[in-house]
Amino acid sequence: MTTVRQACRHIRSKNAGPFWVTIDLFFDGERNFKKYAESPALGPEALARLYGADASLVKRYAVPSLHMVKVSYPRANAQGGEVERDMHCGQQFVRLLDVELD
Amino acid sequence: MREDVIRILVPVGSLGAGVRADEVRYGIERGAHAIASDAGSTDSGAAYLALGISKNNREAVKRDLKILMKAQADARIPLIIGSCGQAGGDDGLNWTRDIALEVAKELGVTPKIALIYSEQNKDVLKAKNAAGKITPLPPLGPLANDTIDACEHIVAAMGPEPYIAALEAGADIVLGGRTTDTAVLASFALMKGAPAGPSWHAAKVAECGAQCTVNPTRGSGVLISIGADSFQVEPLRTDNHCDPHSVSAHMLYENADPFLLTEPGGVLDVAAAQYSFVGERAVEVTGSIWREMPYTMKLEGAAKGRYQTIMLIGIQDPIILARIDDFHDRMLDALYDRVRNAVGPSAGDFHISLRMYGWNAVSGDRPAPGTPPPREVGVLFVATADTQAMATQIAKACNPYFFHFPLELDKELPSHGFAFSPADIERGPVYEFKLNHVVEVANPMELVRLEWIDLANKGAAQ
Repeated sequence: MTTVRQACRHIRSKNAGPFWVTIDLFFDGERNFKKYAESPALGPEALARLYGADASLVKRYAVPSLHMVKVSYPRANAQGGEVERDMHCGQQFVRLLDVELD
Repeated sequence: MREDVIRILVPVGSLGAGVRADEVRYGIERGAHAIASDAGSTDSGAAYLALGISKNNREAVKRDLKILMKAQADARIPLIIGSCGQAGGDDGLNWTRDIALEVAKELGVTPKIALIYSEQNKDVLKAKNAAGKITPLPPLGPLANDTIDACEHIVAAMGPEPYIAALEAGADIVLGGRTTDTAVLASFALMKGAPAGPSWHAAKVAECGAQCTVNPTRGSGVLISIGADSFQVEPLRTDNHCDPHSVSAHMLYENADPFLLTEPGGVLDVAAAQYSFVGERAVEVTGSIWREMPYTMKLEGAAKGRYQTIMLIGIQDPIILARIDDFHDRMLDALYDRVRNAVGPSAGDFHISLRMYGWNAVSGDRPAPGTPPPREVGVLFVATADTQAMATQIAKACNPYFFHFPLELDKELPSHGFAFSPADIERGPVYEFKLNHVVEVANPMELVRLEWIDLANKGAAQ
Protein backbone atom coordinates (compact mmCIF):
# COMPACT_ATOMS: atom_id res chain seq x y z
CA MET A 1 0.00 0.00 0.00
CA THR A 2 1.56 3.27 -1.14
CA THR A 3 0.07 6.66 -0.42
CA VAL A 4 0.47 9.86 -2.43
CA ARG A 5 2.55 11.24 0.43
CA GLN A 6 4.98 8.30 0.15
CA ALA A 7 5.30 8.34 -3.64
CA CYS A 8 5.83 12.08 -4.12
CA ARG A 9 8.68 14.37 -3.15
CA HIS A 10 6.55 17.50 -3.51
CA ILE A 11 2.84 18.24 -3.89
CA ARG A 12 1.24 21.64 -4.28
CA SER A 13 -2.17 23.09 -5.10
CA LYS A 14 -3.19 26.49 -6.42
CA ASN A 15 -6.17 28.24 -7.94
CA ALA A 16 -5.93 28.54 -11.72
CA GLY A 17 -8.17 31.55 -12.11
CA PRO A 18 -11.30 31.98 -9.97
CA PHE A 19 -13.05 28.82 -11.17
CA TRP A 20 -10.38 26.10 -11.32
CA VAL A 21 -7.96 24.37 -8.99
CA THR A 22 -4.80 22.64 -10.11
CA ILE A 23 -2.70 20.16 -8.14
CA ASP A 24 0.87 19.28 -9.08
CA LEU A 25 2.24 15.93 -7.90
CA PHE A 26 6.00 15.63 -8.32
CA PHE A 27 6.84 11.92 -7.95
CA ASP A 28 10.11 10.95 -6.29
CA GLY A 29 11.63 9.46 -9.42
CA GLU A 30 10.81 7.72 -12.67
CA ARG A 31 9.83 4.44 -11.06
CA ASN A 32 6.98 5.82 -8.99
CA PHE A 33 5.97 8.20 -11.78
CA LYS A 34 5.57 5.34 -14.24
CA LYS A 35 3.88 3.14 -11.68
CA TYR A 36 1.28 5.67 -10.53
CA ALA A 37 0.80 8.29 -13.25
CA GLU A 38 -2.27 6.45 -14.55
CA SER A 39 -3.57 5.33 -11.15
CA PRO A 40 -7.38 5.44 -10.90
CA ALA A 41 -6.84 7.00 -7.45
CA LEU A 42 -5.87 10.20 -9.30
CA GLY A 43 -8.61 9.89 -11.92
CA PRO A 44 -11.78 11.91 -12.53
CA GLU A 45 -14.08 9.78 -10.34
CA ALA A 46 -11.68 9.88 -7.41
CA LEU A 47 -11.19 13.64 -7.73
CA ALA A 48 -14.93 14.16 -7.99
CA ARG A 49 -15.42 12.25 -4.73
CA LEU A 50 -12.66 14.11 -2.92
CA TYR A 51 -13.44 17.64 -4.09
CA GLY A 52 -17.08 17.63 -5.14
CA ALA A 53 -16.02 18.44 -8.71
CA ASP A 54 -17.85 17.46 -11.90
CA ALA A 55 -16.01 14.29 -13.00
CA SER A 56 -16.58 15.02 -16.69
CA LEU A 57 -14.54 18.22 -16.37
CA VAL A 58 -11.62 16.81 -14.35
CA LYS A 59 -8.35 16.78 -16.30
CA ARG A 60 -5.17 14.82 -15.77
CA TYR A 61 -1.85 15.38 -17.50
CA ALA A 62 1.40 13.43 -17.14
CA VAL A 63 4.65 15.35 -17.67
CA PRO A 64 7.32 12.63 -18.00
CA SER A 65 10.29 15.02 -18.15
CA LEU A 66 9.46 16.25 -14.65
CA HIS A 67 8.09 12.94 -13.31
CA MET A 68 4.96 14.82 -12.45
CA VAL A 69 1.22 14.54 -12.82
CA LYS A 70 -1.09 17.53 -12.88
CA VAL A 71 -4.76 17.21 -12.02
CA SER A 72 -7.15 20.12 -12.53
CA TYR A 73 -10.78 20.43 -11.55
CA PRO A 74 -13.45 23.13 -11.37
CA ARG A 75 -14.13 24.52 -7.91
CA ALA A 76 -17.38 23.45 -6.29
CA ASN A 77 -17.86 27.12 -5.29
CA ALA A 78 -16.31 30.06 -7.14
CA GLN A 79 -13.44 31.80 -5.37
CA GLY A 80 -14.37 34.17 -2.56
CA GLY A 81 -17.98 33.17 -1.94
CA GLU A 82 -19.91 33.21 1.33
CA VAL A 83 -18.36 29.99 2.59
CA GLU A 84 -14.82 30.48 1.24
CA ARG A 85 -12.25 28.67 3.34
CA ASP A 86 -9.20 28.61 1.07
CA MET A 87 -9.11 31.58 -1.28
CA HIS A 88 -5.97 30.46 -3.18
CA CYS A 89 -6.72 26.72 -2.84
CA GLY A 90 -3.18 26.42 -1.50
CA GLN A 91 -4.29 23.85 1.10
CA GLN A 92 -6.37 21.64 -1.17
CA PHE A 93 -3.50 19.21 -1.85
CA VAL A 94 -3.67 18.01 1.75
CA ARG A 95 -6.78 15.95 1.05
CA LEU A 96 -4.73 13.89 -1.44
CA LEU A 97 -1.80 13.10 0.86
CA ASP A 98 -3.17 9.89 2.34
CA VAL A 99 -4.91 8.63 -0.79
CA GLU A 100 -3.74 5.10 -1.58
CA LEU A 101 -2.31 4.65 -5.04
CA ASP A 102 -2.32 0.84 -5.08
CA MET B 1 23.73 35.17 -29.03
CA ARG B 2 22.76 36.86 -32.25
CA GLU B 3 22.68 40.62 -32.60
CA ASP B 4 18.96 40.63 -33.21
CA VAL B 5 18.20 39.24 -29.76
CA ILE B 6 15.50 41.18 -27.89
CA ARG B 7 16.12 41.51 -24.16
CA ILE B 8 13.30 42.31 -21.74
CA LEU B 9 14.01 43.23 -18.15
CA VAL B 10 11.26 41.84 -15.91
CA PRO B 11 12.03 43.52 -12.58
CA VAL B 12 9.42 41.87 -10.36
CA GLY B 13 6.47 39.49 -10.47
CA SER B 14 4.02 42.25 -9.61
CA LEU B 15 4.55 46.00 -9.36
CA GLY B 16 4.65 46.95 -5.69
CA ALA B 17 6.15 43.65 -4.54
CA GLY B 18 9.64 45.14 -4.29
CA VAL B 19 11.76 46.17 -7.29
CA ARG B 20 15.50 46.24 -6.54
CA ALA B 21 17.55 49.07 -8.03
CA ASP B 22 20.72 46.96 -8.28
CA GLU B 23 18.87 44.29 -10.27
CA VAL B 24 17.45 46.88 -12.65
CA ARG B 25 20.95 48.33 -13.12
CA TYR B 26 22.30 44.85 -13.90
CA GLY B 27 19.57 44.18 -16.46
CA ILE B 28 20.21 47.47 -18.22
CA GLU B 29 23.96 46.81 -18.28
CA ARG B 30 23.16 43.47 -19.90
CA GLY B 31 21.51 45.37 -22.72
CA ALA B 32 17.76 45.34 -21.91
CA HIS B 33 15.65 46.87 -24.68
CA ALA B 34 12.56 47.36 -22.52
CA ILE B 35 11.32 46.97 -18.96
CA ALA B 36 8.03 45.13 -18.53
CA SER B 37 6.03 44.07 -15.49
CA ASP B 38 2.60 43.00 -14.56
CA ALA B 39 0.89 44.79 -11.65
CA GLY B 40 -2.06 42.59 -10.85
CA SER B 41 -3.84 39.31 -10.57
CA THR B 42 -7.26 37.86 -9.83
CA ASP B 43 -5.69 35.65 -7.16
CA SER B 44 -6.51 37.78 -4.17
CA GLY B 45 -10.19 37.77 -4.93
CA ALA B 46 -12.91 39.76 -6.63
CA ALA B 47 -13.02 42.54 -4.02
CA TYR B 48 -10.22 44.46 -5.74
CA LEU B 49 -12.02 44.59 -9.08
CA ALA B 50 -15.37 45.35 -7.46
CA LEU B 51 -13.95 48.15 -5.31
CA GLY B 52 -11.37 49.45 -7.79
CA ILE B 53 -8.59 49.26 -5.21
CA SER B 54 -5.19 47.56 -5.13
CA LYS B 55 -3.96 44.93 -2.73
CA ASN B 56 -0.65 46.75 -2.70
CA ASN B 57 -0.26 49.94 -0.74
CA ARG B 58 0.35 53.18 -2.59
CA GLU B 59 3.81 53.77 -1.15
CA ALA B 60 5.05 50.35 -2.27
CA VAL B 61 3.83 50.92 -5.82
CA LYS B 62 5.30 54.43 -5.83
CA ARG B 63 8.67 53.15 -4.60
CA ASP B 64 8.82 50.53 -7.38
CA LEU B 65 7.65 52.98 -10.04
CA LYS B 66 10.28 55.48 -8.97
CA ILE B 67 13.11 53.00 -9.56
CA LEU B 68 11.64 51.91 -12.90
CA MET B 69 10.78 55.39 -14.18
CA LYS B 70 14.29 56.61 -13.35
CA ALA B 71 15.76 53.64 -15.20
CA GLN B 72 13.42 54.32 -18.13
CA ALA B 73 14.50 57.94 -18.35
CA ASP B 74 18.22 57.22 -17.93
CA ALA B 75 18.39 54.28 -20.35
CA ARG B 76 15.76 55.68 -22.73
CA ILE B 77 14.01 52.35 -23.09
CA PRO B 78 10.25 51.80 -22.77
CA LEU B 79 8.61 50.90 -19.47
CA ILE B 80 5.53 48.70 -19.89
CA ILE B 81 3.16 47.94 -16.98
CA GLY B 82 0.02 45.81 -17.35
CA SER B 83 -3.01 45.14 -15.14
CA CYS B 84 -2.43 48.40 -13.30
CA GLY B 85 -3.87 48.75 -9.82
CA GLN B 86 -4.34 44.98 -9.28
CA ALA B 87 -7.58 44.29 -11.13
CA GLY B 88 -6.85 46.52 -14.12
CA GLY B 89 -10.18 48.37 -14.08
CA ASP B 90 -10.33 52.06 -14.94
CA ASP B 91 -10.06 53.05 -11.26
CA GLY B 92 -6.92 50.95 -10.83
CA LEU B 93 -5.32 52.37 -13.96
CA ASN B 94 -6.13 55.96 -12.95
CA TRP B 95 -4.70 55.29 -9.47
CA THR B 96 -1.46 54.08 -11.04
CA ARG B 97 -1.46 57.00 -13.52
CA ASP B 98 -1.65 59.49 -10.66
CA ILE B 99 1.23 57.80 -8.85
CA ALA B 100 3.29 57.88 -12.06
CA LEU B 101 2.59 61.58 -12.54
CA GLU B 102 3.67 62.27 -8.96
CA VAL B 103 6.88 60.30 -9.49
CA ALA B 104 7.59 62.10 -12.77
CA LYS B 105 7.33 65.43 -11.00
CA GLU B 106 9.63 64.30 -8.18
CA LEU B 107 12.21 62.90 -10.62
CA GLY B 108 11.95 65.86 -12.96
CA VAL B 109 11.29 63.59 -15.96
CA THR B 110 8.82 64.20 -18.79
CA PRO B 111 7.86 60.87 -20.38
CA LYS B 112 5.17 60.37 -22.98
CA ILE B 113 2.69 58.11 -21.20
CA ALA B 114 0.11 55.91 -22.92
CA LEU B 115 -2.91 54.76 -20.91
CA ILE B 116 -4.73 51.72 -22.25
CA TYR B 117 -8.16 51.15 -20.72
CA SER B 118 -9.95 47.82 -20.97
CA GLU B 119 -12.89 48.22 -18.60
CA GLN B 120 -16.08 47.32 -20.41
CA ASN B 121 -19.40 49.08 -20.92
CA LYS B 122 -22.29 46.81 -19.95
CA ASP B 123 -24.45 47.79 -22.92
CA VAL B 124 -21.64 46.98 -25.33
CA LEU B 125 -21.25 43.57 -23.72
CA LYS B 126 -25.00 42.91 -23.85
CA ALA B 127 -24.93 43.70 -27.56
CA LYS B 128 -21.98 41.33 -28.02
CA ASN B 129 -23.89 38.70 -26.05
CA ALA B 130 -27.01 39.17 -28.17
CA ALA B 131 -24.86 38.79 -31.29
CA GLY B 132 -23.55 35.46 -30.03
CA LYS B 133 -20.02 36.83 -29.59
CA ILE B 134 -19.64 35.82 -25.94
CA THR B 135 -18.81 32.19 -25.20
CA PRO B 136 -18.68 30.53 -21.76
CA LEU B 137 -15.64 28.60 -20.53
CA PRO B 138 -16.21 25.58 -18.27
CA PRO B 139 -17.56 25.26 -15.64
CA LEU B 140 -19.88 28.21 -16.39
CA GLY B 141 -22.76 28.29 -18.85
CA PRO B 142 -24.10 30.90 -21.29
CA LEU B 143 -24.02 34.48 -20.09
CA ALA B 144 -27.24 36.11 -18.89
CA ASN B 145 -27.72 39.86 -19.06
CA ASP B 146 -28.63 39.75 -15.36
CA THR B 147 -25.14 38.50 -14.64
CA ILE B 148 -23.63 41.41 -16.57
CA ASP B 149 -25.83 43.80 -14.57
CA ALA B 150 -24.85 42.16 -11.29
CA CYS B 151 -21.17 42.99 -11.81
CA GLU B 152 -19.74 46.15 -10.25
CA HIS B 153 -16.98 46.29 -12.86
CA ILE B 154 -16.08 44.17 -15.89
CA VAL B 155 -12.70 44.10 -17.61
CA ALA B 156 -11.48 42.33 -20.74
CA ALA B 157 -7.94 40.94 -20.63
CA MET B 158 -5.94 42.54 -23.44
CA GLY B 159 -3.37 40.93 -25.67
CA PRO B 160 -0.13 42.58 -26.81
CA GLU B 161 -1.58 44.57 -29.74
CA PRO B 162 -2.73 47.68 -27.80
CA TYR B 163 0.73 47.84 -26.18
CA ILE B 164 2.37 47.56 -29.59
CA ALA B 165 0.13 50.36 -30.88
CA ALA B 166 1.17 52.58 -27.96
CA LEU B 167 4.87 51.77 -28.34
CA GLU B 168 4.79 52.36 -32.10
CA ALA B 169 3.18 55.74 -31.44
CA GLY B 170 6.18 56.67 -29.32
CA ALA B 171 5.16 55.88 -25.75
CA ASP B 172 7.99 56.02 -23.19
CA ILE B 173 5.75 54.49 -20.57
CA VAL B 174 2.70 52.31 -21.20
CA LEU B 175 0.26 51.82 -18.34
CA GLY B 176 -2.35 49.23 -19.23
CA GLY B 177 -5.59 48.03 -17.71
CA ARG B 178 -6.31 44.32 -17.39
CA THR B 179 -4.01 42.32 -19.63
CA THR B 180 -2.81 38.74 -19.65
CA ASP B 181 0.48 38.66 -17.71
CA THR B 182 2.22 37.15 -20.71
CA ALA B 183 0.99 39.73 -23.23
CA VAL B 184 2.53 42.57 -21.22
CA LEU B 185 5.93 40.86 -21.22
CA ALA B 186 5.76 39.61 -24.82
CA SER B 187 4.52 42.84 -26.43
CA PHE B 188 7.86 44.57 -27.08
CA ALA B 189 9.53 41.48 -28.56
CA LEU B 190 6.53 40.78 -30.79
CA MET B 191 6.59 44.39 -32.00
CA LYS B 192 10.25 43.94 -32.95
CA GLY B 193 9.39 40.89 -35.00
CA ALA B 194 10.72 38.25 -32.60
CA PRO B 195 9.23 34.79 -33.19
CA ALA B 196 5.88 34.30 -31.48
CA GLY B 197 6.52 30.91 -29.82
CA PRO B 198 9.67 31.92 -27.93
CA SER B 199 8.29 35.42 -27.19
CA TRP B 200 5.14 34.10 -25.53
CA HIS B 201 6.91 31.25 -23.75
CA ALA B 202 9.62 33.57 -22.40
CA ALA B 203 6.88 35.87 -21.13
CA LYS B 204 5.10 32.99 -19.40
CA VAL B 205 8.32 31.88 -17.71
CA ALA B 206 9.07 35.43 -16.52
CA GLU B 207 5.57 36.44 -15.44
CA CYS B 208 6.26 35.90 -11.73
CA GLY B 209 9.77 37.37 -11.82
CA ALA B 210 12.28 35.29 -9.88
CA GLN B 211 9.76 32.51 -9.24
CA CYS B 212 11.25 30.60 -12.21
CA THR B 213 14.72 30.64 -10.60
CA VAL B 214 16.30 28.10 -8.26
CA ASN B 215 16.09 30.51 -5.29
CA PRO B 216 12.84 32.42 -5.80
CA THR B 217 13.26 34.38 -2.57
CA ARG B 218 16.71 35.59 -3.60
CA GLY B 219 16.06 38.62 -5.76
CA SER B 220 12.99 39.81 -7.60
CA GLY B 221 13.46 39.79 -11.34
CA VAL B 222 14.75 38.05 -14.44
CA LEU B 223 16.07 38.97 -17.87
CA ILE B 224 14.55 37.21 -20.89
CA SER B 225 16.41 37.25 -24.20
CA ILE B 226 14.45 36.21 -27.27
CA GLY B 227 16.45 35.05 -30.30
CA ALA B 228 15.59 33.78 -33.75
CA ASP B 229 14.22 30.39 -32.65
CA SER B 230 14.75 30.20 -28.90
CA PHE B 231 14.87 32.25 -25.72
CA GLN B 232 17.04 32.43 -22.63
CA VAL B 233 16.16 33.40 -19.08
CA GLU B 234 18.48 34.39 -16.25
CA PRO B 235 17.97 35.94 -12.80
CA LEU B 236 18.86 39.60 -12.32
CA ARG B 237 20.93 38.67 -9.27
CA THR B 238 24.30 37.14 -10.06
CA ASP B 239 24.26 34.88 -6.97
CA ASN B 240 21.09 33.14 -8.17
CA HIS B 241 20.54 30.94 -11.22
CA CYS B 242 17.90 29.18 -13.30
CA ASP B 243 18.03 25.50 -14.10
CA PRO B 244 16.03 23.45 -16.62
CA HIS B 245 13.76 22.18 -13.86
CA SER B 246 12.99 25.59 -12.32
CA VAL B 247 12.13 27.00 -15.74
CA SER B 248 10.09 24.10 -17.07
CA ALA B 249 8.22 23.67 -13.78
CA HIS B 250 7.02 27.27 -13.89
CA MET B 251 4.77 26.53 -16.86
CA LEU B 252 2.83 24.26 -14.51
CA TYR B 253 2.24 26.95 -11.92
CA GLU B 254 -1.36 28.23 -11.64
CA ASN B 255 -2.09 26.72 -15.04
CA ALA B 256 -4.81 24.10 -15.43
CA ASP B 257 -2.98 22.67 -18.48
CA PRO B 258 0.81 22.10 -18.29
CA PHE B 259 1.39 22.33 -22.06
CA LEU B 260 -1.11 24.80 -23.49
CA LEU B 261 -1.72 28.43 -22.61
CA THR B 262 -4.59 30.18 -24.35
CA GLU B 263 -4.01 33.86 -25.06
CA PRO B 264 -5.82 36.49 -27.13
CA GLY B 265 -5.33 35.42 -30.73
CA GLY B 266 -3.67 32.09 -30.18
CA VAL B 267 -2.38 29.33 -27.99
CA LEU B 268 1.14 28.69 -26.71
CA ASP B 269 2.14 25.02 -26.95
CA VAL B 270 5.22 23.98 -24.95
CA ALA B 271 4.73 20.20 -25.15
CA ALA B 272 7.83 19.84 -27.34
CA ALA B 273 9.96 22.47 -25.59
CA GLN B 274 13.52 21.55 -24.64
CA TYR B 275 15.30 23.17 -21.70
CA SER B 276 19.09 23.28 -21.31
CA PHE B 277 21.76 25.15 -19.35
CA VAL B 278 23.63 28.01 -21.00
CA GLY B 279 26.65 28.75 -18.84
CA GLU B 280 25.96 28.50 -15.12
CA ARG B 281 23.08 30.90 -14.59
CA ALA B 282 20.83 30.87 -17.65
CA VAL B 283 18.54 28.36 -19.32
CA GLU B 284 17.84 28.21 -23.04
CA VAL B 285 14.49 26.98 -24.32
CA THR B 286 13.77 25.77 -27.84
CA GLY B 287 10.71 24.22 -29.43
CA SER B 288 8.02 26.63 -28.15
CA ILE B 289 5.15 26.85 -30.61
CA TRP B 290 2.50 29.54 -31.13
CA ARG B 291 -0.66 28.61 -32.99
CA GLU B 292 -2.95 31.37 -34.16
CA MET B 293 -6.62 31.16 -33.22
CA PRO B 294 -9.63 33.45 -33.60
CA TYR B 295 -9.04 36.58 -31.51
CA THR B 296 -10.89 36.52 -28.19
CA MET B 297 -10.53 38.40 -24.92
CA LYS B 298 -11.33 36.87 -21.56
CA LEU B 299 -13.83 38.76 -19.42
CA GLU B 300 -13.55 39.19 -15.67
CA GLY B 301 -16.47 40.59 -13.70
CA ALA B 302 -16.86 41.11 -9.97
CA ALA B 303 -20.19 41.26 -8.19
CA LYS B 304 -21.10 42.35 -4.70
CA GLY B 305 -22.92 39.73 -2.67
CA ARG B 306 -24.43 39.61 0.80
CA TYR B 307 -22.87 41.08 3.94
CA GLN B 308 -20.91 39.44 6.74
CA THR B 309 -20.18 40.16 10.39
CA ILE B 310 -17.62 38.04 12.24
CA MET B 311 -16.59 37.22 15.83
CA LEU B 312 -13.69 35.16 17.16
CA ILE B 313 -13.08 33.06 20.27
CA GLY B 314 -10.34 30.70 21.42
CA ILE B 315 -11.03 27.52 23.40
CA GLN B 316 -8.43 25.61 25.45
CA ASP B 317 -10.72 23.70 27.83
CA PRO B 318 -9.70 20.04 27.26
CA ILE B 319 -13.17 18.74 28.13
CA ILE B 320 -14.71 20.71 25.28
CA LEU B 321 -11.82 19.92 22.92
CA ALA B 322 -12.26 16.19 23.51
CA ARG B 323 -15.76 16.53 22.04
CA ILE B 324 -15.17 19.40 19.67
CA ASP B 325 -17.39 18.18 16.80
CA ASP B 326 -20.27 17.58 19.16
CA PHE B 327 -19.71 21.03 20.65
CA HIS B 328 -19.66 22.62 17.18
CA ASP B 329 -22.95 21.00 16.14
CA ARG B 330 -24.76 21.90 19.33
CA MET B 331 -23.53 25.48 19.34
CA LEU B 332 -24.50 25.97 15.69
CA ASP B 333 -28.03 24.66 16.38
CA ALA B 334 -28.31 26.93 19.41
CA LEU B 335 -27.19 29.99 17.41
CA TYR B 336 -29.74 29.35 14.66
CA ASP B 337 -32.48 28.92 17.28
CA ARG B 338 -31.38 32.09 19.02
CA VAL B 339 -31.59 34.15 15.81
CA ARG B 340 -35.01 32.74 14.91
CA ASN B 341 -36.28 33.62 18.38
CA ALA B 342 -34.54 36.93 18.95
CA VAL B 343 -34.58 38.41 15.43
CA GLY B 344 -37.41 36.49 13.83
CA PRO B 345 -38.42 36.52 10.16
CA SER B 346 -36.70 39.86 9.49
CA ALA B 347 -33.37 37.97 9.61
CA GLY B 348 -34.32 36.64 6.18
CA ASP B 349 -32.38 33.79 4.62
CA PHE B 350 -29.39 34.29 6.92
CA HIS B 351 -26.41 31.95 7.17
CA ILE B 352 -24.11 31.19 10.11
CA SER B 353 -20.91 29.20 9.90
CA LEU B 354 -18.52 28.28 12.70
CA ARG B 355 -15.01 27.59 11.47
CA MET B 356 -12.89 25.66 13.94
CA TYR B 357 -9.33 26.85 13.31
CA GLY B 358 -6.89 24.31 14.70
CA TRP B 359 -9.32 21.49 13.97
CA ASN B 360 -11.01 21.53 10.56
CA ALA B 361 -11.66 25.15 9.52
CA VAL B 362 -9.80 25.05 6.22
CA SER B 363 -11.32 21.86 4.83
CA GLY B 364 -14.63 21.82 6.68
CA ASP B 365 -14.22 18.02 6.70
CA ARG B 366 -15.00 16.07 9.82
CA PRO B 367 -11.77 14.45 11.12
CA ALA B 368 -11.82 10.64 11.41
CA PRO B 369 -13.07 9.17 14.71
CA GLY B 370 -10.15 8.74 17.09
CA THR B 371 -8.28 11.82 15.84
CA PRO B 372 -6.51 13.24 18.91
CA PRO B 373 -8.03 16.51 20.17
CA PRO B 374 -6.11 19.72 19.46
CA ARG B 375 -4.48 21.81 22.21
CA GLU B 376 -6.72 24.73 21.38
CA VAL B 377 -9.03 25.90 18.65
CA GLY B 378 -9.99 29.32 17.37
CA VAL B 379 -13.66 29.51 16.45
CA LEU B 380 -14.53 32.03 13.78
CA PHE B 381 -18.21 32.97 13.70
CA VAL B 382 -19.39 34.22 10.29
CA ALA B 383 -22.93 35.57 9.89
CA THR B 384 -24.11 36.34 6.37
CA ALA B 385 -27.28 38.36 5.69
CA ASP B 386 -28.86 40.67 3.14
CA THR B 387 -27.61 43.84 4.78
CA GLN B 388 -24.66 44.75 6.96
CA ALA B 389 -27.03 45.94 9.67
CA MET B 390 -28.82 42.56 9.71
CA ALA B 391 -25.53 40.58 9.76
CA THR B 392 -24.47 42.62 12.77
CA GLN B 393 -27.87 42.28 14.45
CA ILE B 394 -27.53 38.51 14.06
CA ALA B 395 -24.02 38.57 15.52
CA LYS B 396 -25.18 40.65 18.47
CA ALA B 397 -28.09 38.28 19.10
CA CYS B 398 -25.64 35.36 19.07
CA ASN B 399 -23.02 37.14 21.16
CA PRO B 400 -23.86 35.72 24.64
CA TYR B 401 -24.35 32.19 23.27
CA PHE B 402 -21.17 32.27 21.24
CA PHE B 403 -19.02 33.46 24.12
CA HIS B 404 -20.53 31.32 26.88
CA PHE B 405 -21.97 28.21 25.25
CA PRO B 406 -21.48 25.15 27.52
CA LEU B 407 -20.90 21.55 26.52
CA GLU B 408 -23.46 20.41 29.11
CA LEU B 409 -26.45 22.66 29.58
CA ASP B 410 -26.79 21.85 33.28
CA LYS B 411 -23.27 23.02 34.14
CA GLU B 412 -21.96 26.47 35.03
CA LEU B 413 -21.59 28.66 31.95
CA PRO B 414 -18.00 28.90 30.72
CA SER B 415 -16.42 32.00 29.20
CA HIS B 416 -14.50 31.19 26.04
CA GLY B 417 -11.44 33.27 25.28
CA PHE B 418 -12.50 36.27 23.28
CA ALA B 419 -9.94 38.63 21.91
CA PHE B 420 -11.71 41.89 21.16
CA SER B 421 -14.26 44.31 22.53
CA PRO B 422 -16.55 45.17 20.88
CA ALA B 423 -16.64 41.58 19.77
CA ASP B 424 -18.39 41.87 16.40
CA ILE B 425 -16.49 43.01 13.34
CA GLU B 426 -18.31 44.19 10.23
CA ARG B 427 -16.56 42.64 7.26
CA GLY B 428 -18.56 44.29 4.48
CA PRO B 429 -19.97 42.47 1.47
CA VAL B 430 -18.78 39.22 -0.07
CA TYR B 431 -17.32 39.77 -3.55
CA GLU B 432 -17.38 37.08 -6.21
CA PHE B 433 -16.13 36.65 -9.75
CA LYS B 434 -19.13 36.06 -11.97
CA LEU B 435 -17.68 35.75 -15.45
CA ASN B 436 -15.62 33.02 -17.07
CA HIS B 437 -16.37 33.93 -20.66
CA VAL B 438 -14.52 35.09 -23.74
CA VAL B 439 -15.66 37.78 -26.14
CA GLU B 440 -14.90 37.76 -29.86
CA VAL B 441 -13.66 41.06 -31.22
CA ALA B 442 -13.37 42.41 -34.76
CA ASN B 443 -9.86 43.62 -33.95
CA PRO B 444 -7.69 43.80 -30.80
CA MET B 445 -8.48 47.50 -30.28
CA GLU B 446 -12.27 47.21 -30.54
CA LEU B 447 -12.93 47.07 -26.78
CA VAL B 448 -9.86 49.09 -25.78
CA ARG B 449 -9.36 52.86 -25.30
CA LEU B 450 -5.95 54.48 -25.74
CA GLU B 451 -5.26 57.86 -24.11
CA TRP B 452 -2.09 59.93 -23.85
CA ILE B 453 -0.33 62.18 -21.38
CA ASP B 454 2.73 63.77 -22.98
CA LEU B 455 4.58 65.52 -20.17
CA ALA B 456 7.22 67.01 -22.48
CA ASN B 457 4.60 68.58 -24.67
CA LYS B 458 1.51 69.10 -22.53
CA GLY B 459 -0.27 71.20 -25.13
CA ALA B 460 -0.17 68.27 -27.54
CA ALA B 461 -1.80 65.84 -25.12
CA GLN B 462 -4.70 64.19 -26.88
